Amino acid sequence: MSAGAKPIANTRSGTGIPTARLITWWVIASEIVIFGGLLASYVMHRIGHPEWAESASHTNTWAGAFNTFVLLTSSLCAVLAHKAADAHDGPRAARLLRLTALGGLIFLTVKGFEWAADFREGFVLSSGGFWSFYYTLAGLHGLHVLAGMIIMLIIASEAAKNQEMQRVECIGLYWHFVDIVWIFLFPLLYIAR
Amino acid sequence: MTTEAHVQHPNYVKIWAILVVLLVVSVLGSMTHIRDAVLIAAFGVAVIKAYLVAKNFMHVNVEKRWVPYLLVVCLLFIAILLAGVAPDVMKNSGENWNKNPSSQSAPSVAGAATKNE
Repeated sequence: MSAGAKPIANTRSGTGIPTARLITWWVIASEIVIFGGLLASYVMHRIGHPEWAESASHTNTWAGAFNTFVLLTSSLCAVLAHKAADAHDGPRAARLLRLTALGGLIFLTVKGFEWAADFREGFVLSSGGFWSFYYTLAGLHGLHVLAGMIIMLIIASEAAKNQEMQRVECIGLYWHFVDIVWIFLFPLLYIAR
Repeated sequence: MTTEAHVQHPNYVKIWAILVVLLVVSVLGSMTHIRDAVLIAAFGVAVIKAYLVAKNFMHVNVEKRWVPYLLVVCLLFIAILLAGVAPDVMKNSGENWNKNPSSQSAPSVAGAATKNE
């Protein structure tokens, strides 16, 4: 190793999985328990409270469907960035990561308008059990989208210089997980009425 | 620095197109207002979509075996949580316990899971 090189322990792993990817899987595993617990609690209460269907009827299915489309498309960009990183094409990977982050921004913007409309109609966190779960689940998911966008833009700036390319796949894994969470939130919050 | 590629990249655009078609199916299914159709369109399609993303975008199927083990253990924790808590949340009574009688007539009351001996 040259004097200027950074000692990144990315290949030492008893599992045979590069360390960066392994730690990403651990993060995802912990997120499964967090979101899984919340979703399980929501499903149990929702079944026990059929009258929540009336509250759910106020959510905007079209906005939810559009956001699902946006996240699916951003996931496509993320996995294409991974493919570009595998081909050692850092600038292309960076462009695709920035497009992915743009998808996240569109998602949050739509969510913002949606929530503003909900607030105007008087539906806030304390409006009832359904709304408590709605804002908690969608809000926590939105925070994950925001965190993913920030990290993605940092990684994109490095990838553009063909540096730290292994991180492109890792942020992609995280983003796909956030997409999967939304895939379940969409029917639970917007379709089941 | 990069790691060597560990996956064969499939046609991602084709998979994305399938996911979008499934999204359309779930939205159209929700418009039928037939309970079973809505549930299948919503949750059956969601499971398929999640599988497609995990398999093709996250490459779980070609990942080292530790990863699926780890994910399955976490999902198992969720199943244990459901099995342990669901009877209290979803049932009004059980052996040697029943919920507050007022909550039985009005199941929307918060704290309905509180037990009475």
